[in-house]
Amino acid sequence: MGRKLLLDKAHVDGIRYYDVYRREGGYRSVEKALKTMSPDAVTEEVKKSGLRGRGGAGFPTGMKWSFLAKPEGVSRYLVVNADESEPGTFKDRYLMEFIPHLLIEGMITSSFALGSNRSYIYIRGEYAWIVDILEQAITEAKNNGWLGKNILGSGFDCEIYVQRGAGAYICGEETALLESLEGKRGNPRIKPPFPAVKGLWDCPTVVNNVETIAAVVPIVNEGGEEYAKIGIGKSTGTKLISACGNIKKQGVYEIDMTISVEEFIYSDEYCGGIANGKRLKACIPGGSSVPILPANLLLKTAKGEARMMTYESLADGGFATGSMMGSGGFIVLDETQCVVKHTYTLARFYRHESCGQCSPCREGTGWMEKILLNIEKGKGKMSDIDLLWDIQRKIEGNTICPLGDAAAWPVAAAIRHFRDEFEWHVQNPEDCLKRNYGLAGYADPLKVVTPA
Amino acid sequence: MSVQFSEKAMQEVQRLVGRYPEGKHKSALIPVLHLAQQEFGGWLSTETMDYVATVLNLKPIEVYEVATFYSMYNLKPVGKYLFEVCQTGPCMLNGSDDIVAYIYEKLGIKPGETTADGLFTLKTVECLGACGYAPMMQLGKNYREHLTKEKVDAVVAECRNTAPPKTDQ
Repeated sequence: MGRKLLLDKAHVDGIRYYDVYRREGGYRSVEKALKTMSPDAVTEEVKKSGLRGRGGAGFPTGMKWSFLAKPEGVSRYLVVNADESEPGTFKDRYLMEFIPHLLIEGMITSSFALGSNRSYIYIRGEYAWIVDILEQAITEAKNNGWLGKNILGSGFDCEIYVQRGAGAYICGEETALLESLEGKRGNPRIKPPFPAVKGLWDCPTVVNNVETIAAVVPIVNEGGEEYAKIGIGKSTGTKLISACGNIKKQGVYEIDMTISVEEFIYSDEYCGGIANGKRLKACIPGGSSVPILPANLLLKTAKGEARMMTYESLADGGFATGSMMGSGGFIVLDETQCVVKHTYTLARFYRHESCGQCSPCREGTGWMEKILLNIEKGKGKMSDIDLLWDIQRKIEGNTICPLGDAAAWPVAAAIRHFRDEFEWHVQNPEDCLKRNYGLAGYADPLKVVTPA
Repeated sequence: MSVQFSEKAMQEVQRLVGRYPEGKHKSALIPVLHLAQQEFGGWLSTETMDYVATVLNLKPIEVYEVATFYSMYNLKPVGKYLFEVCQTGPCMLNGSDDIVAYIYEKLGIKPGETTADGLFTLKTVECLGACGYAPMMQLGKNYREHLTKEKVDAVVAECRNTAPPKTDQ
């Protein structure tokens, strides 16, 4: 049984409400920080913890905080990114729905560290009912003296507001999120300047994911060094994984980063194996943007080692044979699923969500969607596969924000690892409408190539 | 329909504007458009957008460019009940195509269409963050998850029988 730092109390009866949350030890990190620590000391603990951003990029949180500019007389802001929109990802929703005070507590402590007197939660518009849950938690926190003026007599003032988006994946990108919070279209900004210098309303701003800010609570309570003892290497602490697709037990799991991918999929503590007695074909381990891997490369790295649920191990082999931890959106495909069709739905998603600023992304995502649909419907040509490869290569790295890369990577990985499935669709235009390609050799043991 | 916020809605606008520093009231635009859509028939007409511009002291173009960017704003009238069925990867793996097909079989509407009685509109949407509870749809403020044909039947019956307010988003 792995350690749980965020969700250990998530199912205590009534934990959504202040009284129960407080009784269970809630808001201790605020007391500790405001009464016994300086803001810089809190940042120092976060640095020591090795915490990495849980939204997808995995950037060290303490370092991000230390970049925050602090010019005299200029407001600073903490903005929590609750725009969770990466297909396969539903962990922040779970945390906010079941244990909202953990986010509020983490925000107060983090706001103190950063000197933000007015902090915002930017939440995707579709999570409308969670807005009510958060606003109630904020009201309760305020009524009990954890928000407002001169909190705990520390001289620190803080207010938290919930801002609802209106349906746009791109607003999960931090500068698009800030544009949206300013009441504009969610068009990502050109960087630099980074938000740490020029963010919300041109003021220094830190944007962090929900799970990242929640993790600040155990880090301050237990100390950064204790937190860093959990996990392997630079993958410290616990990570929320939202598991979905064709597994027996879909849901949100908190793992400490010491278990293997195989254990995560097959053990009863987590996904419980593949649903309906089927076999594993492929998996996208970190949200739709990260490379899809066939079963054999998912469970073992190209070196033949067991692949672990850590940032480093999931990325082992680079994009040639590895993938990424990303947001922790773990999508499993069984042997009856069609990789071409799945990739088509993702391409359609990125075309729909492209903001339209950069031509490679705006045009390229639409072309990829059309070509993939053609291949899926048995109307593709062999040259279409190379054309797809060419288009994705011309999007990657050629856009203002990472949405271009996010749209390119799934297509690239699907062709890289499942090219024979694409070719089968082209060569069997009638058959592919009636049945899928199946498991083929995707679960066969890998030939381990030892470098000479 | 004359476009004018009720007194209660106006108070909500004031509350929203009060969440930002002095002079940053434009930040209230997205939440106020949600409110307007809820108050004025579930969609945003040009008249509604112009009215929101007046209320927030913005230029109409500032409102149009935002309203046309975000997928939750309806720029055309929709039925009394809007079924927004997710069809992205994880929902597809769990049979969202069958749900869309079943809604067509049952109500005779394809994505983007509204039933003749004006009760139901079907819209397919991209990932709503319910991948572990697929297939699913959004109805008003809430999600309906783990959909089956039987659950779709129940939702349709519920809409026909109870007739709650059109949108409470």
